[in-house]
Amino acid sequence: MSDRCTTHEYDVLIIGAGGAGLRAAIEAASMGDSVGVVCKSLLGKAHTVMAEGGMAASMGNVDDRDNWKVHFADTMRGGQYLNNCKMAEHHAKEAASCVHELESWGALFDRTKEGKILQRNFGGHKYPRLAHVGDRTGLEMIRTLQDHGIHHGIDFHMEVTVTNLLIDGNKVVGAFAYEREKGRFLLFKAKAIVIATGGYGRAFKITSNSWEYTGDGQTLAYDAGADLLDMEFVQFHPTGMVWPPSVRGILVTEGVRGEGGILTNSEGKRFMFEDVPPLYRSSTADNEEEGWRYVTGDKEANRPPELLTRDHVARKIVKEVKAGRGSEHGGAYLDIAWIEEKIKDSETHIKKKLPSMYHQFKELAGVDITKEKMEVGPTTHYAMGGIRVDSETQMTTVEGLFACGECAAGLHGANRLGGNSLSDLLVFGKRAGAHAAKFAAAIDTFSAIDSKEVDTLVTQALAPVDRTEGENPYKIQQDLQETMQDLAGISRSEAGLNEAIEHIHAYAKRAENAHAPGNREYNPGWHTALDLHNLLTVSEAMCLSAEQRTESRGGHFREEYPEKSKEGSTYNTVVRKAQDGSMEVERVPVVPQTDEMKQIIEANE
Amino acid sequence: MAQVTFKLWRGEGNNGSFKEYTTEVSEGMVVLDAVHDIQIEQASDLGVRWNCKAGKCGSCSAEINGMPKLMCMTRLSSLDLEKPVTVEPMKAFPLVKDLVTDVGWNYEAKMAVKPFKPRKPDASDGTWRMQQEDVERAQEFRKCIECFLCQDVCHVLRDHHEHDKYIGPAMLVKAAAFEMHPLDVENRIPDLKNEHGIGFCNITKCCTKVCPEHITITDNAIIPLKESVVDEFYDPLTKLFRIFKSKK
Repeated sequence: MSDRCTTHEYDVLIIGAGGAGLRAAIEAASMGDSVGVVCKSLLGKAHTVMAEGGMAASMGNVDDRDNWKVHFADTMRGGQYLNNCKMAEHHAKEAASCVHELESWGALFDRTKEGKILQRNFGGHKYPRLAHVGDRTGLEMIRTLQDHGIHHGIDFHMEVTVTNLLIDGNKVVGAFAYEREKGRFLLFKAKAIVIATGGYGRAFKITSNSWEYTGDGQTLAYDAGADLLDMEFVQFHPTGMVWPPSVRGILVTEGVRGEGGILTNSEGKRFMFEDVPPLYRSSTADNEEEGWRYVTGDKEANRPPELLTRDHVARKIVKEVKAGRGSEHGGAYLDIAWIEEKIKDSETHIKKKLPSMYHQFKELAGVDITKEKMEVGPTTHYAMGGIRVDSETQMTTVEGLFACGECAAGLHGANRLGGNSLSDLLVFGKRAGAHAAKFAAAIDTFSAIDSKEVDTLVTQALAPVDRTEGENPYKIQQDLQETMQDLAGISRSEAGLNEAIEHIHAYAKRAENAHAPGNREYNPGWHTALDLHNLLTVSEAMCLSAEQRTESRGGHFREEYPEKSKEGSTYNTVVRKAQDGSMEVERVPVVPQTDEMKQIIEANE
Repeated sequence: MAQVTFKLWRGEGNNGSFKEYTTEVSEGMVVLDAVHDIQIEQASDLGVRWNCKAGKCGSCSAEINGMPKLMCMTRLSSLDLEKPVTVEPMKAFPLVKDLVTDVGWNYEAKMAVKPFKPRKPDASDGTWRMQQEDVERAQEFRKCIECFLCQDVCHVLRDHHEHDKYIGPAMLVKAAAFEMHPLDVENRIPDLKNEHGIGFCNITKCCTKVCPEHITITDNAIIPLKESVVDEFYDPLTKLFRIFKSKK
């Protein structure tokens, strides 16, 4: 074996240590498999910590009319029926037990008066459904999984990034990685691998995502020959911070609206009451009084229009800004302070319900949200698209390679409902871990790995530091982010997408010449250079898929086709690597609903 | 827009020194923004650890003008920009490179704290009931983002290097989070005294002052744990009382 890297062997290797990766690792380890987890950052810092609002599970603690069927129907409607309905069914059925399991591992959720887990309202969910801890639910989840997982005999490789999967035929046999501290290389031999690396928000300029979110898992899978699905569907969260410039894109939780926050334009008008989509008209309040009654728990009231799905709210804000009615710095106003008209001591109430939002605006923008309006605008938030997986096992189209969490696709269809991500991580993390462990158990020995191939990977990885001159990798990343923001973001056109693809090909050429001065030890320039391949791959996949979808639906909006098409509801978009190495795209039929599912959806319209 | 000078620590292991960089700053910027700009424009291999840039992950801990802070939550407008702004790595941990330290010891220290152990579910549906007010006591400690700034500022670790004998305020907060969890039935009190070195803390409250999450580390976590240790080991009357109380 190559003496240029250290070798580790695991039955199951997990790439990624956010909610999905940790949940998968715990499951695989409890089944007796040896498990290694690779995390790009330190343990416990993954993007899951950023999740604020809560995790959706139809426990019915606040409204006992809730059950898995309503959750399933809500998820399908939110996803505009492009979801993998089997995954949506598993998710709706298993989310509640996953929340209880997390509680049994130490998670401390907010409580109802009876002492049960409290649930809050969120966009697109018919009943209060999100188990939460103030507005720091993601932190609670990752810390619980981390503190539970470290006592399961799992090896954690912190600040290690996988750059390539090793494939034998159509089977995954290992992974090649580098560690940040010293810049050394690692070779993992594994019987099964679970990818849980999250999304690709860093392809855009304005994003709520951290530096890690560069589409690593999607690219690893694609390069290994796996299918990517629904890559055109990116969620632009309606409420990111817009001012000051340095915090642009940082998330403002939907919980603000769940607690009664309203959106207004520069004329002080609550513009969300206009243009309510037909699919939601009957379940949306048409006056302010009813909206307020809904957020304060009146079961007879319909939800306020601010709690419509994220894709719709984001586009409405953009429309106001384009019409010249935006806020001072080009967003909309989000106002929670107004509730002082309705409740006594609203200041304490807001600080208690939305502590990190209070903190965030106070410290970063100098705004006191208990007294002043916030300025918000859309920010790239979540990837509905990702690695195509089997709805039962989470296995990709490559044998032994599994995926779960945000990097996998299917559950959310064209648009994800808030709160469905954290539950997704648990439900499908658990499933992926179990099936990967089972898959590994059926394999006797580790496959041999070609040392020449590893040597080639080492040479490739070192190229940016070995070059004596070349281009600054940060600049290439910035140019790509500008391109994607302008041409493939919240509003897309064929001409724009074609232009974006041309740019992406040019950036790929430039990336081949990226140069990171300095040595291999903790050199972020080098890491940025290595991430470029991933960002470029997912960007191209997004553009090609977006071109393929000649309609507007969920997170995908085409200027020439502003409406949904009938045909659009019949297919998902798949991207894969063609024989000649180019990227090919095709339409595949949507997973058909069973008669029972159709009845459930109809009964819950 | 203004030009501001930053003195950033550059180097590896025991070799390092401040290096000056001048960069343009604009309204609302935080220290991490300036560090990133310097990285992009002038020093692409500048080592800095960060993730969320929103004060939620606790990765970008450093000492800014000598004060332990998160770089992402320190606005430039809160600093005197007439003088160079110094940014250096945490002192209580070994330097990896530039602004990055090896915080691995904290992960080992946490492993030593006995994990959460719940009592048996006691509600008819196989779960538990808990009251909000009981939950809130432990929730304060569960806000910890593991930035390790409290460890950095604790003189037992920073100046006396007692890493082998004392787990530090961050891990005492962890222990408190478990001890005050309404469901937890584990007993960590003997470990706190014998293994975790809680006696080293002499309540100077430096940790509380630097906590970006405003956890009242000393008063709400450490002192109650110290009291439990005293009750368990040094106060026969209280011990007797506790025995009777637990039998009720």
